[in-house]
Amino acid sequence: METVYSLKPLLAVLVSLVAVIFIVIPNQRPNVRESWTILAALAKFALVASMLPLVLAGKSPAITLFAISPGISLALRVDYLGIIFGLSASFLWIVTSFFSIGYVRGIPEHKQTRYFASFAICLSATMGIAFAANLLTLVIFYEILTIATYPLVLHRETPEAIFGGRKYLVYLLTGGVFLLFALAFTYQLSGTVDFQAGGILPAQTAKSSVIMLFTLFLLSFGVKSAIMPMHSWLPTAMVAPTPVSALLHAVAVVKAGVFGFARAIGFIIGPAVLNESGAAGFLAALTAATILVASLIALRQDNLKARLAYSTVGHLSYIVLGLSLFSPSAWIGALLHIVNHAMMKITLFFCAGAIHVRTHCDNVSQLNGIGRQMPLTMAAFTIASIGLAGIPPVNGFISKWYLVQGSYDVGQMVFVVTFLLSGLLNAGYFFSIVVRAFFAPSDKFTRFGEASPLMVVPLVITAVLSLLMGLFPDRIPYFFQLASSAAQSVIGGGGP
Amino acid sequence: MVVADLFLSRYVYFLIVVLLAIGLYGMLGKRNLLKKLIGMNIFQTAIFLFFIEGATKAGGSVPVIDELLGMEAAKYINPLPHVLILTGIVVGLSLTGVALAFLLVIYRAYKTLDDRAIMANMKENSE
Amino acid sequence: MSSLSVLIIASLLLFCFISALVGIWRLRWAYAAAVTGVALALVAAGAGLYRVITDGEQRHFLGGWPPPFGIEYVLDHLSAFMVVIIVFIGLITIIYPPQAGLYHTPRRVVPAYGLLLLLIAGLAGVVVTGDLFNLFVFLEIYSLASYALITLGGDRAVVASFRYLVLGTIAGSFYLLGVGFIYFSTGTLNMADAARLLPPLYGSPTIMAAVALIVIGMGIKMALFPLHVWLPDAHSYAPPVVAAILAAIQIEVAAYVIVRFMLTVFQPGYFIDVLPVTTIIGWMAAAGIIFGSVMAIAQKDFKRMLAYSTVAQVAYIGLGIGLANPLGLIGALLHILNHAFMKSCLFLVAGGIRYQTGLHAIPQFAGLGRKMPLMMSAFTVAALSMVGIPPTAGFFSKWYLVLGGIEAGNWVFVAVILASSLLTAVYFFRMIEKLFAAPSGGDPAVEQAREPSARILAPIMTLAVGIIVLGLINVLIVSYVLQPVVALLP
Repeated sequence: METVYSLKPLLAVLVSLVAVIFIVIPNQRPNVRESWTILAALAKFALVASMLPLVLAGKSPAITLFAISPGISLALRVDYLGIIFGLSASFLWIVTSFFSIGYVRGIPEHKQTRYFASFAICLSATMGIAFAANLLTLVIFYEILTIATYPLVLHRETPEAIFGGRKYLVYLLTGGVFLLFALAFTYQLSGTVDFQAGGILPAQTAKSSVIMLFTLFLLSFGVKSAIMPMHSWLPTAMVAPTPVSALLHAVAVVKAGVFGFARAIGFIIGPAVLNESGAAGFLAALTAATILVASLIALRQDNLKARLAYSTVGHLSYIVLGLSLFSPSAWIGALLHIVNHAMMKITLFFCAGAIHVRTHCDNVSQLNGIGRQMPLTMAAFTIASIGLAGIPPVNGFISKWYLVQGSYDVGQMVFVVTFLLSGLLNAGYFFSIVVRAFFAPSDKFTRFGEASPLMVVPLVITAVLSLLMGLFPDRIPYFFQLASSAAQSVIGGGGP
Repeated sequence: MVVADLFLSRYVYFLIVVLLAIGLYGMLGKRNLLKKLIGMNIFQTAIFLFFIEGATKAGGSVPVIDELLGMEAAKYINPLPHVLILTGIVVGLSLTGVALAFLLVIYRAYKTLDDRAIMANMKENSE
Repeated sequence: MSSLSVLIIASLLLFCFISALVGIWRLRWAYAAAVTGVALALVAAGAGLYRVITDGEQRHFLGGWPPPFGIEYVLDHLSAFMVVIIVFIGLITIIYPPQAGLYHTPRRVVPAYGLLLLLIAGLAGVVVTGDLFNLFVFLEIYSLASYALITLGGDRAVVASFRYLVLGTIAGSFYLLGVGFIYFSTGTLNMADAARLLPPLYGSPTIMAAVALIVIGMGIKMALFPLHVWLPDAHSYAPPVVAAILAAIQIEVAAYVIVRFMLTVFQPGYFIDVLPVTTIIGWMAAAGIIFGSVMAIAQKDFKRMLAYSTVAQVAYIGLGIGLANPLGLIGALLHILNHAFMKSCLFLVAGGIRYQTGLHAIPQFAGLGRKMPLMMSAFTVAALSMVGIPPTAGFFSKWYLVLGGIEAGNWVFVAVILASSLLTAVYFFRMIEKLFAAPSGGDPAVEQAREPSARILAPIMTLAVGIIVLGLINVLIVSYVLQPVVALLP
């Protein structure tokens, strides 16, 4: 890809940071404050979307800021992989912001200024991760993301929230420490930390070094990707308000983790090198195990958000498993799943939030017959569930198809089975809710009563989009092309 | 014979080491704060002695130029270490003065100069 | 030939006297005189650093006596770097109001500001002098000033100061003995001259003993584990401004002396290969990092926690020295700068909390974050920097140290650095959690707390902003100032 100088990546990162000032100032006038969030979100998405034509044409908008360490600069560069993540995160911030407004006013939550301000910083950091041109820039924004999300996890300030926040910090900071080690080790091995499709390690790197580097990346990105056994922070973090769980723990934070894996495997170590060292096999096995175990645990959860959390753990491992397989189809599936899963999972979390605000029900067992009261919500829930189970025509089917195809390509039938089995389990734990909602008899939910439109409209939008993305995967908006170009550049053997 | 020779020609240095050891023992081993201070003084004095001993030369005279002895440096003992020690003595004096002032305050506050008792007192009243 | 080095010291000493004298009439004049003196010194120091970067070393012969007869003052990259840090932090802490910083406005006969200036002058003198004995003189000057200043903290502070006095005197005396050995072997007290004359003598037991004595003496002053025992009491009982200067600058100056001996007076190879000085310092530092961090976690008193944290942070500097490669030393020197900013900010925050609420124990801080948001945000920035979160300054010194460790192949040191980040996170995030998330227990002191005045906030916010700025511009510092220093390493 050809590099083109552009201020836009920097603006995309900065727009929400600047917005923080405007969010904090009108502390006492919530409508003004919220409109700044919306404005920032729209601006961010507009900036990222405006870079899409360039990227599709094969050019990367890039900007090098200044040297942050001798020989390494703070630099941003938008390539295929980056814009996939950037587009999905920035778009989903828009809908999450509307949903958030509805949610925090519906509860009502306290400390709303801190909430919205933290969100803005988080999205800034997420854009920084997406567009980082080298590993040091990525690490800097990665750590900022950890710190910026902490106040959101801690938000309710109940003892459970404080405990959840502590656990979150312990896991993520430990991961951050391993990441620093990985970063330094990469620099030592290759003399550079710039991302290069196909890997930057010199050809004669010892296998033991590769394995050690990979282990460090596993211990750092693996924490944010919630690979077992490092997943335990994710269900505990469900103590945060639902929009936080929705955006951050289904879209931004965890996707930053798998994105990091994509960068580490595709652009630092290189899939070929990883495959030869045997570490790829280990990663595949670990993630396959995570998929199955997480799905089984999800079946047994009564708390709705906990069930969604374990489902997320499983689906994140779909993505990492795809990244570990040395096949372009697997990569396409994995990258598509980043977006698809985000879209579907956020729908589910929105539904959970709407249900909580409207009925104060948190557990699946309390949801008998809720479909009668909240048909729109539950319809959206159903669409998302169908997609996560991998059933057409929702977009989840597309990414799953490619993942399965990729497993078949490398001859690993065991992973084909894993994906299919997991699909069944997904169906199990989601459809049971759907069935309960629409067909179980109950006298609790008799009258029509959806949550506020601020909450319902976003979840309908995301559900409909999931459906549309499944029907026209190449149109909305070119994700398929982006994913295949990215996969090609990585596995096809090099080239920026 | 070699050992006795060694001892006789450098007995000052052995003395200095003994004084250093006494001083260190006083500072670290004794419990009474005033004894620690005295140990500190002995320690510093040992160091001054070291410098002065290093300044002496066999057969050297007072470092004031004498017409009879001429300008040869070897005829006079080295005055530089003496100057260093003057500074050192002043430093030691100020330290002792300050330390004594501290001891006065400590005694007024804690009614004892025993190290252990004071530490115990401080722990009791600490947060 | 530039007299900037002497101007720094002269300005500080002159205003020390002026401040002590006018303090007898009005304290306010003493304060003003002190601030003027340090400001002038800062201008000179800044000019000195600029000159060094553009022109190279600046030497000044005191009284016109050429070396090796006279005393020489040298501004090279390392000393200019250190003196700017010393004077800048000195200025920031002196500006801090005495009611909060010295616990109470001193009575007129107590020349507190004179002593503070003497302390800063002594510290600055240690780093700019080019004469071995002159260094001892300045060492004792600042030590005496610090012993006296610590006692402003109350009765317990006097006891702590006495113990510090005894141990500090041992340290200074060891240094003096070491210098004596060098003098009697080479006949010179000038550092550059000694560097020329020493190499043939490297094998002699005298010189080896001299090195050992000097390193141990400075190790005591630097609170290198296990010679740190005086520090926790001295820093926790001293008033905040004094503790800030001690923790942020004095400890680092002791580390500077070791670095100066390693790089200039002796050839680095001597300290690295012939005598296992760097190896020993490195391992002691590694132990100190873990020890300091673990002990800090156990503390309930805020300033005591900061004191143990200092033991750990200074050990980072020791670790960088111990790695003995350019990246490690860059990390150590950068950490001197970063730690100065971070620790002084933290101690000033402690002073502010105590002044506003009278509280000093962490469990009592519950909910303070809501009442004093600006000051607590500054605290958070400093805390994040201590943990090592980018883009604050603390991340970058750890980054260079880790790089140095990997290059040296010393995986244990790398593991120690990384583990200590997590340990540091424990005691700082525990406090952040208390400040912002814990419900205030109805303590009236907390309920009535308000954001402190601008005079207290200004130094704190300056330091906090500085922490972020230093992080972002670290490359400038490394390439212009630090790389010429480490070019001396093999």
